[in-house]
Amino acid sequence: MAGTAVRRRLTWQVAKVTAVTVETASVRTITLDVPGWPGHQAGQHVDIRLTDEDGYVAERSYSIASAPGEPVALTVERLDDGEVSPYLTDELRAGDDLELRGPIGGYFVWEPDDGGPLLLLAGGSGVVPLRSILRHRERTGSTVPVRLLYSSRTLNDVIYRNELDIPTAGVEVIHTLTRHQPPGWAGYARRVDAALLAEVAWPAAAMPLTYVCGPTSFVEAVSQDLVRSGYRPERVKTERFGGTGGT
Amino acid sequence: MEAVDGNAIGGLLQEVFGTEMTAAGSVCGNCGAARQVAELAVYAYAHAPGTVVRCPSCDSVLMVFVKIHDRTCVDLLGLAALG
Repeated sequence: MAGTAVRRRLTWQVAKVTAVTVETASVRTITLDVPGWPGHQAGQHVDIRLTDEDGYVAERSYSIASAPGEPVALTVERLDDGEVSPYLTDELRAGDDLELRGPIGGYFVWEPDDGGPLLLLAGGSGVVPLRSILRHRERTGSTVPVRLLYSSRTLNDVIYRNELDIPTAGVEVIHTLTRHQPPGWAGYARRVDAALLAEVAWPAAAMPLTYVCGPTSFVEAVSQDLVRSGYRPERVKTERFGGTGGT
Repeated sequence: MEAVDGNAIGGLLQEVFGTEMTAAGSVCGNCGAARQVAELAVYAYAHAPGTVVRCPSCDSVLMVFVKIHDRTCVDLLGLAALG
């Protein structure tokens, strides 16, 4: 079983925002100083808690975007009807306090010893925990071959675009833009389906280790297509965040 | 409403059980399907105190968590095994 169960009391604590970075029109990366942070694994998340003046509490989970050993960074997409994300993307500034608990999760995590080849499939902001995995791979000197297939609505919605454009040895990044493509776009321009996976995914015989993260409908469709094509279900790890946005 | 999955309640589960649970195994008490907790279907209602966890195979209710003030009431009757 992947991950090691760590018996550690999960408590709410106050972190300090050290930077807020613009990723796209609706996405921000929030870098945090978390006192006593025990370290995290690539793919884990934190819970964020906001309390208003009346004592009303809203909690949401956000994936950690940074690699183990880097300061904790969360990449947050603004949901217009959200209770938490608009505050995080629009109001939060460096120097502000933010209440969180974590790191959380032992299933959707990757360590170099887990091997590969890795197939990373992202729908919209589902790329966030996969970016942590990519950075962890690079920082640890892992040579595991990686293909990242990343579905976005438009080129302007691609998170970490500059970073993903810089070639890293052993990492292939394949984009598909489902709603609008810029003139001369040479990449894919359709939703991820069985035919597209047949073109870009590792052959099942290579025994790939797969991480799929995105809206529930994206994850359901993609993981079922992969298993039908011969991928072993226990090597297809999934994380669904609901909604429909971003793919 | 649309389900998320067991990853989303990793914090809640760690609060209740005192340890990381998303990679733990589970067996449905109705159909016997075995899955890691992260793979179960989770319905978390934003404006209600309850979280319902269902079997993705047969839709049976496996776990219910209800928060009242600082207490979490836990119902695991739908599970044949956990851990």
